[in-house]
Amino acid sequence: MKHGILLHELQDDVGVAVTDLKKGTTIGAVTLEGKAAGKVKLLSNVPLGHKVALRDLAKDKPVIKYGRPVGKAVQPISRGAHVHTHNVKTLRWSI
Amino acid sequence: MITAKNLKLTGYRRPDGRYGIRNHVVILPVDDISNTAAEGVASLIKGTMALPHAYGRLQFGEDLELTFRTLAGIGCNANIAAAVVIGIEPKWTERIIKEIRKTGKPVAGFSIERNGDLKTIEAASRKAKEFVQYATELQRQPFPVSKLCMSTKCGESDTTTGLSSCPTVGRSFERLLKGGATLLFGETSELTGGEDIVESRCVSSKVKADFRCVFDDYTNLIKSQGVDLLGSQPTEGNIRGGLTTIEEKAMGNIQKIGRCMVKSILGPAVAPKGPGLHFMDSSSAAAEMVTLCAAGGSVVHYFPTGQGNVIGNPVCPVIKLSGNPLTLRTMSEHIDVDVTGILRMEMTLDQAADAALKVLERTVNGRLTAAEALRHDEFVLTKLYRSA
Repeated sequence: MKHGILLHELQDDVGVAVTDLKKGTTIGAVTLEGKAAGKVKLLSNVPLGHKVALRDLAKDKPVIKYGRPVGKAVQPISRGAHVHTHNVKTLRWSI
Repeated sequence: MITAKNLKLTGYRRPDGRYGIRNHVVILPVDDISNTAAEGVASLIKGTMALPHAYGRLQFGEDLELTFRTLAGIGCNANIAAAVVIGIEPKWTERIIKEIRKTGKPVAGFSIERNGDLKTIEAASRKAKEFVQYATELQRQPFPVSKLCMSTKCGESDTTTGLSSCPTVGRSFERLLKGGATLLFGETSELTGGEDIVESRCVSSKVKADFRCVFDDYTNLIKSQGVDLLGSQPTEGNIRGGLTTIEEKAMGNIQKIGRCMVKSILGPAVAPKGPGLHFMDSSSAAAEMVTLCAAGGSVVHYFPTGQGNVIGNPVCPVIKLSGNPLTLRTMSEHIDVDVTGILRMEMTLDQAADAALKVLERTVNGRLTAAEALRHDEFVLTKLYRSA
């Protein structure tokens, strides 16, 4: 397995760790169709199934996965960071 | 590539022309207080199965109608050869029997008041014995995919379901649809953030409007409660598996319908009219949703899971698919179709669909699913609101 991060679409902001990824390592990302999406250096440990930022994301910017917004950044997110409930929230159910 | 035409399916032809893939004789309680008598019969008569549940008393309105529809629908399911119905009093018992009788299959009802549990169990057991002997003589016969009614719903989803097991079902559904199968999906709450995609797949503006109505009803209910669903949608299990928001979860969920179009919008536990993919308004809670599908006529179910939902159903066999390597490593006894190769880029979605269809064929032809072998018999009615 040459890649460690899998994406749905090439333009996605985040990819999924397909194995437990270690902080400091540089790892390749590919799309489900096998298109290379570059390499990224991990800023923290990212467990299997969790997301990694593939580019810097400004606060309040929508986060793109499956080629469409699936939430928004609630703090600035750096390329290589772990992306989850601590830095991304839903765009729905705002009560 | 495995197509609908390649599948060699066998099942039990019922008097109404539908095909079942299992041949159960069920002892169906109308209400919670008749569970004991139903279980009494099932413990006496070999080859019968009681379906105890928690409701059926002092319900009213739409909630009561849903309970009736679910219990009658379960009795009508083609996986059931014959049904014994037991209720506390005869009137509601008769309502359920009347619906099941329309299928032409053997059905009989018993009520406990003015008899007591013991006399009821004796009389119902004599009938159950007769039904089992009838059912055990029925033979499997070949049937085409166009006579297959099946459903899908995922559970304990994570990011791997959206990448692997859900699109595997989507690809399989596309092929089954070409063969004229009747397919069900639902999970109203879990479409939040992807509802526009389902809307765009509706075959007509009428179906689109029906879908919008069901979805808005649900959204209004959440708004009226003034709650944040994080922790419930996505669930804590979803979050542990890496899913962050409901939109992300919904996008994974929707992969299960592939590129299929949606033919109609059904109320919960309502049987679809004719082949095609149908959306059923339903909870996303696994046991409730599969029970509603079974009541709608589904005889087998594809269940993609990430973190490892262990659900099964007593009437409708549940086939588990997973692409999460940790789940396959730690709880493989629950998984029927291993699609972890997708994450390693060693398996294409078409190959995964081949594997899923092969397991579907074997399950239809009698092989027990993991959930069946592990006795996962979750029979759970959906309750809409509190009883009187």
